[in-house]
Amino acid sequence: MAYSDKVLDHYENPRNVGTLDKDDPNVGTGMVGAPACGDVMRLQIKVSDDGIIEDAKFKTYGCGSAIASSSLVTEMVKGKTLAEVEAIKNMDIVEELALPPVKIHCSVLAEDAIAAALADIKAKRAATTKATA
Amino acid sequence: MSSLNIPIYLDYSATTPVDERVAAKMMECLTKQGNFGNPASRSHPFGWKAEEAVEEARRHVAELIGAVPKEIVWTSGATESDNLAIKGAAHFNKKKGKHIITMKTEHKAVLDTCRQLEREGFEVTYLDPQEDGLLNMAAFKDAIREDTTVVSIMHVNNEIGVIQDIAGIGAITREKGIMFHVDAAQSPGKVAIDVDEMNVDLMSLCAHKVYGPKGVGALYVRRKPRARIEAQIHGGGHERGMRSGTLATHQLVGMGESFRIAREEMAEENIRMGQLRDRLWDGVKDMEEIYVNGHMDQRIPGNLNISFNFVEGESLIMSLKDIAVSSGSACTSASLEPSYVLRAIGRNDELAHSSIRFTMGRFSTEEEVDFTIGKVREAVTHLRELSPLWDMFKEGIDLESVEWAHH
Ligand SMILES: Cc1ncc(COP(=O)(O)O)c(C=O)c1O
Repeated sequence: MAYSDKVLDHYENPRNVGTLDKDDPNVGTGMVGAPACGDVMRLQIKVSDDGIIEDAKFKTYGCGSAIASSSLVTEMVKGKTLAEVEAIKNMDIVEELALPPVKIHCSVLAEDAIAAALADIKAKRAATTKATA
Repeated sequence: MSSLNIPIYLDYSATTPVDERVAAKMMECLTKQGNFGNPASRSHPFGWKAEEAVEEARRHVAELIGAVPKEIVWTSGATESDNLAIKGAAHFNKKKGKHIITMKTEHKAVLDTCRQLEREGFEVTYLDPQEDGLLNMAAFKDAIREDTTVVSIMHVNNEIGVIQDIAGIGAITREKGIMFHVDAAQSPGKVAIDVDEMNVDLMSLCAHKVYGPKGVGALYVRRKPRARIEAQIHGGGHERGMRSGTLATHQLVGMGESFRIAREEMAEENIRMGQLRDRLWDGVKDMEEIYVNGHMDQRIPGNLNISFNFVEGESLIMSLKDIAVSSGSACTSASLEPSYVLRAIGRNDELAHSSIRFTMGRFSTEEEVDFTIGKVREAVTHLRELSPLWDMFKEGIDLESVEWAHH
């Protein structure tokens, strides 16, 4: 199978590989997929007090398109507000990376990872608000 | 390093290049100046000469497996041979019984043929291999029934390279009067074959795994005691009615020559393959969390199938773009399922997804193996740095205990 240049670029030079402290109250972690299915993505976002994503890191086990999709997502979310990030859809990733139909599930997984990371940070924030209230 | 030809071909079990000596022979059988006649033409020298060439090729194929030439039926490849053998024998014996025994790790050419027979009302038992990929003889004996008419077990597995005990199975099927078919597409030139010692009744062969051309194969059909099969392709009655169609002289000559060379060079080649395989394994074996799939000794020397845990096979193949190998990962298969062979030997999905098959052959060199070792180590290390599963493993988290969101 031939990969698009964009997939190859992200695959060969993945952006923002790494780990943030998952116990940091300002870090949201989303881990989606399953080893048995051949892909697991972990996306982490660090959110400032005024709701801007200051940093994002990923690690992904999966095919080249899955790695490229998660690398792209870290670039897409940085500097955005939570609301803006919520609006990112898998088709944005498909278009940007020119993913073929058999690889659309990689983009869906990346969208799921964003949703999971957002849910985690929101839950953390809700918990701290409650604790301080 | 200057003599390295990139990409390096380490997928000899998928197919092999045609040996120059074979190609030269084939080219003599195509043009007006060459041996282009129809081997079935009885009325002129063009036909006689072509027939002579085809019969010489038949002798070469027969000799490699310890058969007589009359027992060789030409086909278009191992897929057709498997179909002809299994359907042919099952149909011929359908009044005697309708039970077939095979294994879960067979090639699709066998498994899908059996599926078709199930749709026609036959019953098929698909035996599980042991964890080392070999057939469990006790389970095999237990599976035999009064109405079992055909047993089909492959000689060398195409994915994991393990060699089944064909003689051991043949002794049992002969005693019980059951037809024994062996898919030996992967064995010529790698493992000695003697159809008499092994008590094989039907054996599928092809040329393109032995430095011959694609699109040609043969089925060995035993004469004493006679193996009876029903033809699947009807027409001009070629090959004693078992497989009609004009014989493709150049293809058959190519297969014959490739089998002749295989017989002559097998002993030497196997020693060299074993050295290359050991060199490759020695170069990677100290890496953490890697597993060889299939029995380490009961396998052909040119095959090394390794699962690199916590790395996904397709991405590994992408990183190894200078090396042509294949993977059991779902992402590289048309079905989007991980290798059914690795699943059958009890590997979990992760290990099946993480597997790479390296198969070496006649033109492989030490230099290529050394280059491969370097690339594999680099790629696996890089991908593990990217892998959340590797992180979790390093933190001591048992991945089996995690609740994954299956999708
Ligand atoms: C074990 C086995 N059986 C059958 C086949 C099919 O052979 P062919 O491509 O000649 O039809 C192959 C090769 O792909 C094989 O490895």
